[in-house]
Amino acid sequence: MSAVAASERIRVRIRFAKTGKIRWTSHRDVARMWERAFRRIKLPLAYSEGFSPRPKVSFGLALPTGYESVAEYIDVELVGKIDVAALPHRLSAALPEGVEASAAQVIPAGTPSLQEEVTSCTWRWAVVPSEGANPVSGEDLEARVARCMEATELPVTRSRKGAEQTDDIRPSIISIKLEGPAGRSNVMEGPAGPSNVMEGPDGLSDSGGFWLVGELACQPRSIRPSEVTLALGPGLEERLPRRLHQWIWRDGARTEPLVIEGRSGAIGARHAEVRAS
Amino acid sequence: MTSLWPKIEPALARVQKPARYIGCEDGSVGAGSLKGLVGWLLIYPDTYEIGLPNQGLQILYEILNERDDSRAERTYAPWVDMEAEMRRRGIPLFSVDSHRPAAEFDLLAFNLSAELVYTNLLNCVDLAGVPIHAADRGPEHPLVVAGGHCTFNPEPLADFVDLFVIGDGEEAVGQMTAAVRDWKASGRTPGSRERLLRELASVPGVYVPSCYDVVYEGPALVSVAPKYPDVPERVEKRTIADLAAWLYPKQQLVPMTEVVHDRLNVEIFRGCTRGCRFCQAGMITRPVRERPAEQVTQMVSDGLARTGYDEVSLTSLSSADFSGIDSVVRSIIDDPACNGEVSVSLPSLRVDAFTVGVASEIQKVRRTGLTFAPEAGTWRMRQVINKLIREEDLYGAVESAFSQGWRRVKLYFLTGLPTETDEDTLGIAELARNCVTVGRRHHRGASVTASVGGFVPKPQTPFQWFGQNTPEELRRKIGLLRSATRGDKGVQLRWHDPEASLAEGIASRGDRRVGAVIEEVWRRGGTFQEWSEMFSLDLWRDAMEAHGLSIDWYVHRHRERGEVLPWDHISAGLHDDFLWQEWEDALEASGTPDCRWTPCYDCGACTGYGIEHVVASAVAPAGGSQGTGQDLGSGGDVPVFLRPTVGAGARS
Repeated sequence: MSAVAASERIRVRIRFAKTGKIRWTSHRDVARMWERAFRRIKLPLAYSEGFSPRPKVSFGLALPTGYESVAEYIDVELVGKIDVAALPHRLSAALPEGVEASAAQVIPAGTPSLQEEVTSCTWRWAVVPSEGANPVSGEDLEARVARCMEATELPVTRSRKGAEQTDDIRPSIISIKLEGPAGRSNVMEGPAGPSNVMEGPDGLSDSGGFWLVGELACQPRSIRPSEVTLALGPGLEERLPRRLHQWIWRDGARTEPLVIEGRSGAIGARHAEVRAS
Repeated sequence: MTSLWPKIEPALARVQKPARYIGCEDGSVGAGSLKGLVGWLLIYPDTYEIGLPNQGLQILYEILNERDDSRAERTYAPWVDMEAEMRRRGIPLFSVDSHRPAAEFDLLAFNLSAELVYTNLLNCVDLAGVPIHAADRGPEHPLVVAGGHCTFNPEPLADFVDLFVIGDGEEAVGQMTAAVRDWKASGRTPGSRERLLRELASVPGVYVPSCYDVVYEGPALVSVAPKYPDVPERVEKRTIADLAAWLYPKQQLVPMTEVVHDRLNVEIFRGCTRGCRFCQAGMITRPVRERPAEQVTQMVSDGLARTGYDEVSLTSLSSADFSGIDSVVRSIIDDPACNGEVSVSLPSLRVDAFTVGVASEIQKVRRTGLTFAPEAGTWRMRQVINKLIREEDLYGAVESAFSQGWRRVKLYFLTGLPTETDEDTLGIAELARNCVTVGRRHHRGASVTASVGGFVPKPQTPFQWFGQNTPEELRRKIGLLRSATRGDKGVQLRWHDPEASLAEGIASRGDRRVGAVIEEVWRRGGTFQEWSEMFSLDLWRDAMEAHGLSIDWYVHRHRERGEVLPWDHISAGLHDDFLWQEWEDALEASGTPDCRWTPCYDCGACTGYGIEHVVASAVAPAGGSQGTGQDLGSGGDVPVFLRPTVGAGARS
């Protein structure tokens, strides 16, 4: 491949959602979907030099298999001019149902990678009584959440590569909040605006479950809603976890990886409220 | 509609690879009503990643969904962890398209391409909540149907499957849909199921085992004969004469998780007449029917644009034999829409320098492994099996490959072939070693992988009379090869489990009595027998013993001419005389040329169906003598060294 002058290359950051049945595909599966989508719309991808040229695409934090998200990001390098504003629409048409691009913007050269930059994520997930366990009340859950937030440490044991490992997850929990009974029709806010919960399991509303919303740190390692669910005590099972936001904390201020037309970039009033709570 | 998704979804968090069960593939039908339609559930009885790419299933899926009176959905065998969750939670087998229970369909149609999946068929029927024995099903139950290569001996599954479709399914599924539609309209009254099956038994290519009586005398099979005068004595396979009229799949499914053959697949011809005597696929799919070249290039370019794949495989039983394969390949890689980023793969490469040249041209993007299948280690043995590759053809091809930058070449062999001596077996090691020597002229680290499989004789082939080697004998032969290649860093030996070959042997040439064995293996938990971690020969041995059946009689015994074979009432078109003559020629190590390029020797595959080979070129492709019996010289007019070696290995 002939060398392309750096000035002809642009780096584009794309935000996308992954919801519905497709949440059961893995991070690697999603990478393959994107590569095929780029080829379907014949996007002028920049390739790495060398023996085995690869498109210059980088994915941010992995989304665990089975989790939904309305705030995923991907960075891609392109060669030459392109209508970036039209990109989300074109890509969504080429992506499988359930994966939808919601925004795209050119980012300056030298922008740190998503992996380096993102410091925390806001998650929303339902907790329901696990099989055979007693129903859990709102008051009980409220108390458990409060205990977690007041604790100075929260050791959680999980198996990692076959070995049991205990971590204190308390420093990684920035906030958790009970949002009320979990049902199918709840609307939740993501960077792309309000979106309906799709394909919620039937019976979620009468399962005695509740929605939780929490901001969890990604550095030094990402903790997952499942670990928080574990820390809340026995008898709970997690359902339909969804990433709502990815955050970059810098100098005491919080932004999202993509800032478009003032929307959901800089922290709006609602987000300020969340932070204050 | 009934969707089991709310029940399935909580189970997914507890299983490996949950994406196997979600459907949603590009090209799939999604949710839709079955109301007033004949519902087909097409089932590949192995895991999703093996089953999804199956082209036979995808072709029928599309044909049935284009009809206005039918709807087809798909499913695959749930892996053992998912099966456990399903049984625990009371979730029946479901379609991946709309997560509808299997029992809501009118037909459960299985694709059988390997014998060791038979126990999975029983498991799927059982998971669907349908009685596993055909005799126990009533008018309310779906019909259990099977097609695919294994149905050329349907007998081991005769008690479980209501009807088999022998040969190409494209036309038969339409006739079956019409019959089932009328059956549904008539209200599925008691006794109607039997009437429907009897009616279907007269559709060409359809075999209804319950319409036939089987007679044994001691261990011997005496006859399989129709019970009724309107049921054919012999079921002739279906053959699509004009592949060009069947442009399928148009919407190849694009999986969202890892599967085998994850690329665009375009079938370029069906059938093969090279006449390798061990090859069931070649024998039962005769004659050769090529797709027009322009149609191939159109299907490739439409398919790539739609799917976003950057790799296409031109599929057939011997893709380099396609008339003008080089110009087809060149038109794909030169297509400006492909932007020089598309790689083409040709499964089943012929052993000659010419095809290596094509391969090197098409693998500029990604250099994958290069595989040749000489199948046997000595020229004598290759004459026995009618794979007429000369050593110089193979060395020329290997020379060509290494000079083109490949550093590793894979060779496929069979052991346990008729008349095989230890000298023939050891010939495998020698061929492999010689190939390494050839390779070292180009790379110090050149290596050759010799992959050795135990030969299992298949029905409807000239080797159907041959007694299969015992696992002990196969192990001894592999031992010979291990000793012969030990210490030789250039040759890597790989071999298949001789015990799995034995179980395959039981299922492949069994009669109806073997059905009880398959059921027993399944009842004892023997699913996914294709998977080495799940396979257990003890299950098969115990089940044979429990039912008083002799492994030696079914597997290791040479059969005599005149013996009634369990599949004699199923016809692939081949004359018995032809198969027997081929068997005698094999024993005399005498080859038979490919009839595509030589006069007809009346095997029966064309005449019986009033069709002919459909080939664009009456001349054998250049390079190599393989199968043609002609001395074309290695490499034909293509030089062995196509490009300088400098830098050629850069991407390997």
